[in-house]
Amino acid sequence: MTQKMKLTQLTEMLQELNIESLEGVTIEGDIELNITGGGGLNPALAYALGSEISQISLHMANIGRMLGFPAEQLFASAFGMSGVPETQAPSLGTTPRMQELLASKFEVARMSNWNNPIQEVTLGATSADGGSRKNTVTIGGENALPYYFDASMPHRNYVTMDVFDMPIGMAKAVKSNYDDVINDPAEWAKKVVRDFNADMVTIHLISTDPLIKDTSARDAAKVVEDVLQAVDVPIVIGGSGNPEKDPEVLEKAAEVAAGERVLLASASLNLDYERIARAAVEHGHVVLSWTQLEINAQKELNRKLMKQCKVPRDSIVMDPTTAALGYGLDYAYTNMERIRLAGLMGDDELTFPMSSGTTNAWGARESWMVASPLKQDSDWGPREYRGPIWEIVTGLALSLAGNDMFMMMHPTSVQVLKEITQTLYGSIEAEELDISNWIGAEV
Amino acid sequence: MKINSPLEAYKYLPGTNCAICGEQTCMAFASHLIDRSKKLSECTPMLEDKFRKKLDQLQGLLAPEIRQVEIGVGEKIVKIGGDDVLYRHKLTFFNQTALAYDVWDTMDEKNLVERVNKIQDFKKFYVGNFLTVDMVAVRSTSNDPKKFASAVKKVVETTDMPLVLCSFNPDVLKAGLEVAKDRNPLLYAANKDNWQQVAALALEYDVPVTLFAPNDLDLLKSLAKTFAEMGTEKLVLDPGTFPSGKQLKETFSNFIKVRRAGIDGDREIAYPLMAVPLTAWMVHDDPVSASYWETVIASVFTIKYGDIMILHSIEPYAMLPELHIRDTIYTDPRKPVTVDPGMYKIGSPTKDSPVFVTTNFALTYYTVESDISSNKIDCFLWAIDTDGIGVEAAVAGGQLTAAKIKKGIEDSGFNMKDDTSHNTIILPGLSARLQGDVEDETGSRVLIGPADSGRIPGWLEKNWPPKK
Ligand code: SF4
Repeated sequence: MTQKMKLTQLTEMLQELNIESLEGVTIEGDIELNITGGGGLNPALAYALGSEISQISLHMANIGRMLGFPAEQLFASAFGMSGVPETQAPSLGTTPRMQELLASKFEVARMSNWNNPIQEVTLGATSADGGSRKNTVTIGGENALPYYFDASMPHRNYVTMDVFDMPIGMAKAVKSNYDDVINDPAEWAKKVVRDFNADMVTIHLISTDPLIKDTSARDAAKVVEDVLQAVDVPIVIGGSGNPEKDPEVLEKAAEVAAGERVLLASASLNLDYERIARAAVEHGHVVLSWTQLEINAQKELNRKLMKQCKVPRDSIVMDPTTAALGYGLDYAYTNMERIRLAGLMGDDELTFPMSSGTTNAWGARESWMVASPLKQDSDWGPREYRGPIWEIVTGLALSLAGNDMFMMMHPTSVQVLKEITQTLYGSIEAEELDISNWIGAEV
Repeated sequence: MKINSPLEAYKYLPGTNCAICGEQTCMAFASHLIDRSKKLSECTPMLEDKFRKKLDQLQGLLAPEIRQVEIGVGEKIVKIGGDDVLYRHKLTFFNQTALAYDVWDTMDEKNLVERVNKIQDFKKFYVGNFLTVDMVAVRSTSNDPKKFASAVKKVVETTDMPLVLCSFNPDVLKAGLEVAKDRNPLLYAANKDNWQQVAALALEYDVPVTLFAPNDLDLLKSLAKTFAEMGTEKLVLDPGTFPSGKQLKETFSNFIKVRRAGIDGDREIAYPLMAVPLTAWMVHDDPVSASYWETVIASVFTIKYGDIMILHSIEPYAMLPELHIRDTIYTDPRKPVTVDPGMYKIGSPTKDSPVFVTTNFALTYYTVESDISSNKIDCFLWAIDTDGIGVEAAVAGGQLTAAKIKKGIEDSGFNMKDDTSHNTIILPGLSARLQGDVEDETGSRVLIGPADSGRIPGWLEKNWPPKK
């Protein structure tokens, strides 16, 4: 391989030489090399000289070749090199045969610069801790990238399923699962826990948006109470995303959920995060620190929550933003991976567990459109299969980047995402399979 | 590569700043060598004799840690491997994962040809290009050399995509090679039993070969070392893809271990990796579950270091996410996130043409742009400066506001009253809540377009021209 490369270069170089200028060339006299020095040459100098001399002889040989003399053969015989031309493929007869495999031992180092553990954060509180949840959920605590052999992962991934306080527009494949509960957030919450194996429930108080229904903070808090009554898993409380209204809504919700250690979603740089942080600290909740695909903004907000608002380290979860597969997942993935690596390597402003709004995958047209809007595309196939896999792959990619908790919507997506993340985590048993002859498998 | 600063590469360059390479200085060229955006061969002065030694040395230093292997010939040739980093943000990943979909030699001819055509014809338009798959893997389920040869022949006649020839029987592989030897196919596979005969084939036909050592990295390394010793480094490593339970977790570890060792400088194992998500079909009977699980495994090993993979499902709901997750991981993270804010004319707009607003996030912009232009709609399209954030998030985060939209339109010297006959702005559906504000701020009429730009053509039919 390398030999061939050199030959091409040689040819190129020869082509570059201007042959006409060599016409009538004569080489006069001897080339005299005067090597002096007492106790012989030092090795470096000898090497350099050797190199020079060889270069000169190569030049000479090139000229020889140009004049039609097969110089390469002279070299080959002089140095006892094989005279077999390069281009001829080795035939079976000359293939070097080996009788035994060369012994070898595979070795690989563990990462030496992952020394800083990710913060553990517990969501939900049982009666022992002043709440009324039947169980709690703990995330974080990693000492390595997720599922890596360097250090075992202390907690599995968890899924919290979305519930809304009013009917909203949803992809058909999603909506068909919730038709019966769409007007009743408490029943909706029950359904995702009972039927869809949700670890947690997120109640989104979107009707509080002044541009939607402008539901008062007080009325919204009643919905929170209903949901806390309906299910005994830890919960997440989300506002409407309206920066003016959210602080008030989340304050009131934090108050009625006092002691339950909910996750308040969310504090961000574009609203009065201090009010939300204060409500969390006062009523024993956890704050979701939400930024938009910007690692430095994430550092800044976390710092403000810790230093300015005195939120304890065990009460912060980050949401660095989830973009759907095909719509910016590359940024979301790399942003999370960078955040997690920075945390593991010692950046204490980034050592928090992460949460993903995986439901955003349903914003991708591939997940919900009947067919491609572009005529040139191949058939996209049935959308009821496209949607859930879009949500799964979006979440799965982020799980590999270090995301701990997933906010999701479709029951099939939840089931499959749990299956793969828990398989990689190591808690799924399966019958051992022999794949040594997979080629012949009838599939 | 063995060096990581432009200065280290610079030492080997001629230092004449002759600019033949297209860079003003050797130093600038050196930094392109380090980020792998230029090739050493672009500095032609280095080919001069006096630089021979430096050229060799620098080439050695710049060679990627993971060897690059080529499969196939001609336009459709596939290159795999060639990586230098473990995380894409450290540089970028090179040579996206090659996706090979299978056919088998007990298929009847008609089905086989039909399946190959489906594989090679599958395409999806995405930010200016078509996403397509790469290869066909021919499996010998018959274990009969004649049957295999005739299946390979059919495939070769149907497509010029590169091939993987799959059998553990050297006689079967040889029969396939005889038919496809001009196509530089990838052999699959040498294992602990057949390695001598498969090595002989790989060397005789000068083709790349896969080494298969399920969950045995010592054996995998032994095979690689032995093959290199025998004279070929055109190797692909398959540490086995187990589809479920603890075995799958082990597979995950194996991929990470092999790639980490390779990037850390263990040349003996620094080859491209193969995953076989197809094994999902050995544990799932129902085709939808099997396709889903196969896609899940494919996604895991697209992200974690698989350079080539063999897949079975050709359902669009499997292929679409597989193509997109590959694009996600292999997109160069150094490419800009944004397009320049401002006005873009799509087609040849007139005073009567609609005025659309979107963000300057490159993905959003290109999606909207391709939806509009592919439907031959003439219009004005504003990319508002939202710091490269998409519509929904920018509305939530305050980067897309009425004031920004007004400024965006005014900054491009466009006057809604004079330059249009309708004084109407169409906002993205996901920014509906800005309608009132934008009306107040600009004095124009504001319509709310569809939430997805794919629906713009249908929306325009109903809503354009706007009623007076
Ligand atoms: S072509 Fe080579 S010598 Fe000339 S400027 Fe570029 S790097 Fe320097």
